[in-house]
Amino acid sequence: MPRILVVEDSYSMRAFVRSALESDPTAIGEVEVVEAASGFDALRLLPRGPYDLVITDINMPDINGLELVQFIRKSEMHKTTPVLLISTQSSERDRERGLSLGADAYLTKPFTPELLRQETARQLARGREQV
Amino acid sequence: MVEPTDKAREEFFSEAQEIIETLSRNLLALDGSLKEGALDPSLVNEAFRAVHTLKGLAGLFGALKMGQLAHRLEDVLDDLRLGRMELSADTLDVLFRAVEVFGQILAVERRQVEDPLTSVDELIDQLSALGAGAAHRPSPAVDYELDPAMLAVLTEYEEHRLRTNIEQGLRLYRLRVQFDLATIDKALEEMKERAKRHGEIITYLPTGEATSPDAIELDLLMASRDDLATLIGSLGADNVVIEEIPRRTRASIAAGAPSLFPRGTSIVPPAPEEAASLAAEAEAERAAPAEAAGSLRSVTQTVRVDIRKLDLLMNIVGELAIVRGQLGRVTDRVRSEGQRQLAAELQRLNRSFERRLSEMQDGILEVRMVPLGQVFDRLARVVRQISRELTKEIRLVITGAETEIDKLIVEELSDPLMHMIRNAIDHGIEPSEQRKRVGKPLAGTIALNAFQKGNHVMIEIEDDGKGIDEQGLLQKAIQIGKVEAGVARELTRDEILALIFVPGLSTKGEAGDISGRGVGMDIVKTNIGKLGGVIDVHSEQGIGTKMTITLPITLAIVSALIVHVGEHTFALPLASVSEAITFDGTGVRVVDGREVMTLRGSTLPLCRLDRLLGLRDAMRSPRQRRFVVVASLGNRRLGVVVDHLVGQQDIVIKPLGKSLSSVRGFAGATELGDQRVGLVLDAGALIEEVLAGVELRREGVRAHG
Repeated sequence: MPRILVVEDSYSMRAFVRSALESDPTAIGEVEVVEAASGFDALRLLPRGPYDLVITDINMPDINGLELVQFIRKSEMHKTTPVLLISTQSSERDRERGLSLGADAYLTKPFTPELLRQETARQLARGREQV
Repeated sequence: MVEPTDKAREEFFSEAQEIIETLSRNLLALDGSLKEGALDPSLVNEAFRAVHTLKGLAGLFGALKMGQLAHRLEDVLDDLRLGRMELSADTLDVLFRAVEVFGQILAVERRQVEDPLTSVDELIDQLSALGAGAAHRPSPAVDYELDPAMLAVLTEYEEHRLRTNIEQGLRLYRLRVQFDLATIDKALEEMKERAKRHGEIITYLPTGEATSPDAIELDLLMASRDDLATLIGSLGADNVVIEEIPRRTRASIAAGAPSLFPRGTSIVPPAPEEAASLAAEAEAERAAPAEAAGSLRSVTQTVRVDIRKLDLLMNIVGELAIVRGQLGRVTDRVRSEGQRQLAAELQRLNRSFERRLSEMQDGILEVRMVPLGQVFDRLARVVRQISRELTKEIRLVITGAETEIDKLIVEELSDPLMHMIRNAIDHGIEPSEQRKRVGKPLAGTIALNAFQKGNHVMIEIEDDGKGIDEQGLLQKAIQIGKVEAGVARELTRDEILALIFVPGLSTKGEAGDISGRGVGMDIVKTNIGKLGGVIDVHSEQGIGTKMTITLPITLAIVSALIVHVGEHTFALPLASVSEAITFDGTGVRVVDGREVMTLRGSTLPLCRLDRLLGLRDAMRSPRQRRFVVVASLGNRRLGVVVDHLVGQQDIVIKPLGKSLSSVRGFAGATELGDQRVGLVLDAGALIEEVLAGVELRREGVRAHG
């Protein structure tokens, strides 16, 4: 079962992402969602990977999404793990920076559960091709 | 968009509420730092982040108006945090207004009613007007030898902070810090707190080069006015290496040399006591449960629970307490039937049951407790708003915001406290010209103090204003027929001050613009009374007024003294009982038509429940030994005469039915086991009723119909 790390400091946002990923197995199949409530949580959980996909918010306190992407790309275990950024329309500059640091794609809020599932399916498939 | 489930929506509402509260707290802190002339940029950024998150959530959960407002607000806060706009008190006014309007939107969304919410559009226009003034300023170039890897991950905001600090001529430092992964949150929080004294931490970058898998290494980019030695003295430790980042020299710029970061002089800090103690702490923390490495799933350790579920649990605890009482009686019967050994065993079990039950009760109660700070934050906002509306300068001093009280009480406290504060600002604090004349500081001070005292929480609202005009108040009361001129002379100061709680009495000729808008002090008192609390007033003319609210810590379950009066059983909450003494009827005098006795030199008014409630006089021999239970609340005391003291019991108070809810003197009813039901006396109302009995007769009016 693919394992997805969701890094997001808002709990209702995490709940939204989890329910979107788990509610429709026909779209992406059964997945295991691991939640990280902060950048630090993510740093703690990453070494216990591997993960098949990391979905991370950009705007978080202390360790933000960009720093996390750089960290992920440096790590032996995750240097090829697909990373999907969650961003907002207004933070174009930070989003572009995330891509140049090695993130694979981004979604801008608000997005529908379908869109999140489609993008997740695409990234998971891409990850499998690489192996 | 797929409709999110009700549960998800509830989560969204509660998080939105929390975010709005965070925003409010940030704005209040900003207001404070603005007044002190030292704006803390991280507060603006936190406010921005709060609104940014709210906008994202509003979008996902289809809260259209909230999303629109958050969007505009985010733009303004973005301009502020990126230095395109200066923060002024007027701008803050508009931002505070947003907190109010978010609250309105949330209320409407929750109830799912149609509401045009016109205030939102107005505010959006105001915010747009603010944004129009934003200007992009050219930024200075970064001429420091910064690690490109670090520059690459700076967000727009961090980059702005870096430039601003450089522009202000601050030095840049790199702090390379090793943290234990399990405890990094706390350790970093402490580090930040210490760093604040010296400057600003601009970014945190994990280096990915930790020495062990349980550790993490971060590079902190920091700007400070202080020199390297000062920083090392203050922040240095075994796990911290501080380097100054040199300015790029003309030569290196000319040569186009790649600016590599670790060029500064690396100094391993000397380890003074602080570092030693830090190391010891770190050691202790390592020894502490490093369990976090166990499970993958439990990342957040909190759950949100509907308080009604806790009420349900508490009811069950109450019922178990009744079962325990019944077990006790069965044990007594077993003993009286001669089975001593069995009885002893039963009693042992019963005691252990009791202990566990009380632990469980404490546990549930603890979950219900929230800090009063929640409501104080709201009040601080109101103070700011009113003081600007009235152009009275007010300094609000809050102490004891961490004092905890039942969540349900906190919810109900907001309105009465708000009204009392409005009153204090409107009627209490004098206009500044007047304050100047009498030699007071121009800014009026309102102190909001909370603290726990036994089973009660005390909240004081104290102002340094002009005090209550007692004679004016008394004249008004006579004028509108609440007090007869003849008895006016006999009233004590406290009795006169208590007149502010009589309906229809206000110290001003006309209701003030601010406090007159809401309810009167009589309603405030009634509402506090519903929570089992009382208000005491103390006022000195020319010096100020202090109102003290005494509240029970919880409404869920109370320890009570069970008493008998004739054939009737009553429960008196122990929190309001100070002592019980034997009573033989001697030494009772009648003063002003009410019975009093002397207890250790001071006068104690007496209340005979059977007479007060019109119960049939119980058959008693005149020599029968009886008891006086001394109830005290705030600074008032009352002796309640009863026939028997039955004992102490934890009770769950259930509301009286509709037909009885208007009867004063009772907090509710409770099951006592044995299918018996007892009425729970409301000490506050009882004291009120008995002490007021005389006053009411004096007034010749029944205030409480």
